[in-house]
Amino acid sequence: MSAYPGQEGLRDPLKVARGLGSAKTGVHHWWLQRATAVALVPLSIWFLFLVGDLVPADYPMVLATIGQPVNAVFLIVFAVCLFWHGALGLQVIVEDYVHTRWLELTLQIALRFGALLGALACVMAMLAIWLAGTPHS
Amino acid sequence: MSNTRPLSPHLGIYRWRVNMLQSTLHRLTGLFLSLGALLVTWGLIAAADGRAAWNVFAGFWSSGIGLVLLFIWTWSLLFHLCNGIQHLLRDTGRNFGPPTRDRTHDPVYWSTGWFVIAISIALTVLVWVLLIVRMQGGAA
Repeated sequence: MSAYPGQEGLRDPLKVARGLGSAKTGVHHWWLQRATAVALVPLSIWFLFLVGDLVPADYPMVLATIGQPVNAVFLIVFAVCLFWHGALGLQVIVEDYVHTRWLELTLQIALRFGALLGALACVMAMLAIWLAGTPHS
Repeated sequence: MSNTRPLSPHLGIYRWRVNMLQSTLHRLTGLFLSLGALLVTWGLIAAADGRAAWNVFAGFWSSGIGLVLLFIWTWSLLFHLCNGIQHLLRDTGRNFGPPTRDRTHDPVYWSTGWFVIAISIALTVLVWVLLIVRMQGGAA
């Protein structure tokens, strides 16, 4: 059925030559959004309980609670999933509502750097608290 | 916008359904929770920084504005969580299609939306009742 040499299916070879074919990454965003969502279901319920423990706590107790290894690891995973999921969601919001090209591009880049910075800041803070060990003033 | 090409009709032609409210709220709460992620970051950085920084952070949350924001954040998180779970269940594609499209009654996936909204509000109230009880128990 191919009308031209090298043609597969119904796609015009010129389209392939110009690089306008499928990038094969169409469902990547969708899957990552779901995967981080599934992870965040138990993590955010756990986070609510953690905040419940932290509300009546004074500063040394806060450090002791979040510096506890299990809590520290979960907080790091929570922060990474939170910013990742947030960035994926914000990306779609910008895609849908911002129609000025330069502004859209600026926001898309800014939100990625922002999410990366936020996740890194959380991880660094948690490592500092965790490795400091005993609570200090 | 400079694009003068005609648009096909969309939002205006649909009868209002609760899933439209859910969709809007899911985006709005998601946007709000993204800002909340920055406050989680502030809290962790403040805790790592020292007592003075932590006191500034804790002071913000015990202020009137802080408490109102915290209450909205609680509901945002719980709504986004409940609606997200429903989203994941619907992503499996079950309960859609001809057998559930009987025109004599509304499909179940319209009424479950109200259930999700109600559960998220009930859980928010529950969380805050537990918080207040705990604070009073801690103070006594």
